Amino acid sequence: MNDAVTDQPALIELAGVTKIYGTGSAEMKALRGVDLCIRQGEFVAVMGPSGSGKSTSMNILGCLDTPTGGSYRFMGVEVGDLTRDQRALLRRNYLGFVFQGFNLLKRTSALENVELPLIYRGDFLSERRRRASEALAQVGLAGWEHHTPGELSGGQQQRVAIARAMVADPVVLLADEPTGNLDSERSVEIMGLLTAINRDKGVTVIMVTHEPDMAAYAKRVIRFRDGLIETDGHHEGGAT
Amino acid sequence: MIWNAFLLALRELRRNKMRSFLTMLGIIIGVAAVITLVTLGGGATKQVTEQIAGLGSNMLMVNPGKHMGPGQSSGAAPFKLADAEALERDIASLVAVAPTASSSATAINANENWSTSVTGSSEAYFAVNNRAVKAGRIFSAGEVRAGTAVCVIGETVRAKLFGGGDPIGARIRLNKLSCQVIGLLEPKGQSTMGTDQDDLVVLPLRTFQRRIAGNTDVNMIQVTVRDGADTAKVEREIARLLRVRRHLSSNEEDNFDVMDMKEIASMLSGTTKMMTSLLGAVAAVSLLVGGIGIMNIMLVSVTERTREIGTRLAIGALEWEVLMQFLVESVVISSFGGLLGIALAIAASVALAQVLMVPFVFNTSIIAVSFVFSAAVGVVFGYFPARKAARLDPIEALRHE
Repeated sequence: MNDAVTDQPALIELAGVTKIYGTGSAEMKALRGVDLCIRQGEFVAVMGPSGSGKSTSMNILGCLDTPTGGSYRFMGVEVGDLTRDQRALLRRNYLGFVFQGFNLLKRTSALENVELPLIYRGDFLSERRRRASEALAQVGLAGWEHHTPGELSGGQQQRVAIARAMVADPVVLLADEPTGNLDSERSVEIMGLLTAINRDKGVTVIMVTHEPDMAAYAKRVIRFRDGLIETDGHHEGGAT
Repeated sequence: MIWNAFLLALRELRRNKMRSFLTMLGIIIGVAAVITLVTLGGGATKQVTEQIAGLGSNMLMVNPGKHMGPGQSSGAAPFKLADAEALERDIASLVAVAPTASSSATAINANENWSTSVTGSSEAYFAVNNRAVKAGRIFSAGEVRAGTAVCVIGETVRAKLFGGGDPIGARIRLNKLSCQVIGLLEPKGQSTMGTDQDDLVVLPLRTFQRRIAGNTDVNMIQVTVRDGADTAKVEREIARLLRVRRHLSSNEEDNFDVMDMKEIASMLSGTTKMMTSLLGAVAAVSLLVGGIGIMNIMLVSVTERTREIGTRLAIGALEWEVLMQFLVESVVISSFGGLLGIALAIAASVALAQVLMVPFVFNTSIIAVSFVFSAAVGVVFGYFPARKAARLDPIEALRHE
């Protein structure tokens, strides 16, 4: 699998990326020149202490933010040159997001939550319903379509969020501490899901995590420190 | 996409039923107030306008005394029939002159009796007052000269004395006078001052003076000015003639009053219209306040839903899609409030029109204007919060607690 991945074209290319917040004496260099290449089908864990630049780089990878300097090419496109709305379209069509806090719409059924990306994509109702139900079934929540987040456990909520991220068939799934709010048993379930998505659908998964246990599921672990990549290494196949 | 924004907005409003309703309340009350006031005002204006039309064109009323209102004297000497005849003879611009004298009397038919207003006048009375008969005929000039015991009665008197029966040809008693009913007046309803204009009996002046009043007084002279003549000039001519006839020296004030009823009535209708506009404007301010309420709630809602907005932006919502979502939400609130307000206003106007005894005039244009205005309030006051939501930085928004 690793060999197959290295043959793939580069999906994400960072070259000398810097990110500076504030100006003058309040200037804060979050990224000091990051070079990184991620290929189609990889499962990457991003680690590092807080303030190391891992969140900033996730925001840049997710096209939510643009680098101050350097180049970020996503599928060959220079993201820094895109407008806010063009980046939104990029996220809509190629990226899926999973957050630590789930970020589901309150008092809104699981089905309607999962439908959300499809509404923005302009799918018709019947198509939306069908795809959203399928996505929910794939995360093991068939039959829970009409439950609101308040009626679901944390693990179930995160699974709804994964279904939402996957419903529009993204190329890359970005997960920001997806197991941060879950106990170890639920965490294992979620990691199982992410692994399956990466393995069966060939979706590139990039996950920020604090926990080495979770990072162990990834095939590649990138560690940040002080705005730079400290280590970047491949596991032997990752955990199952 | 607009349809989707509409769906999302409805979903959001459903999620917050109580808040949505309270936000709408401002618009509901505003729209209901505007429509109700304008509708009632329109009814009142229509009533006054009808009164003017009913007054007959170019009617002047000449009363003895000064500024005491129609049909009242302040102790000054009454007119005589000769005064009316002089007006008719000497002033060329008058089409008709009706000397009138009135008092109240009890009308009796068999066992029924009814206290009503009895007026003696000439045959010109009907033309001057713009009254026609519904059945029978009016009395003739000959009958007026002869002082025949005939009378024309109003609908109210007919109803009280005859019930469902036909009064023409019947004899009724007015105090000690027995007279024959020869005509029934076309009903006219209430006057602007709230008196029943059908509660009257009209008979020849001479008959009234001899058999009911017992004198030769004329309490009031009603005249019709020829179309196109200058009413103010005619008023001055009448005053000059009457001053001579009443032997007033140049340093004495008029002891009579010439009133242009139409002027008074149009002044009254102008006042009613102005009151309507003023009340409508005040009500429109309450609509504006309702709009500010919407803006307030939308701003709260944007702050409260910052994380949700961040999520939507991360998922790939465009700036205008988020703007649309919040804008549509506020327009849905305001226009739905507008619809409820319209329903409330119609119910309230129908009920109040009955209580206040003004006709209910369904005013389509004010309803349309109010609805469009309420929707516009949603756009105007929803825009700022919606733009605020659309311009949020997705990273900041996602981090928001």
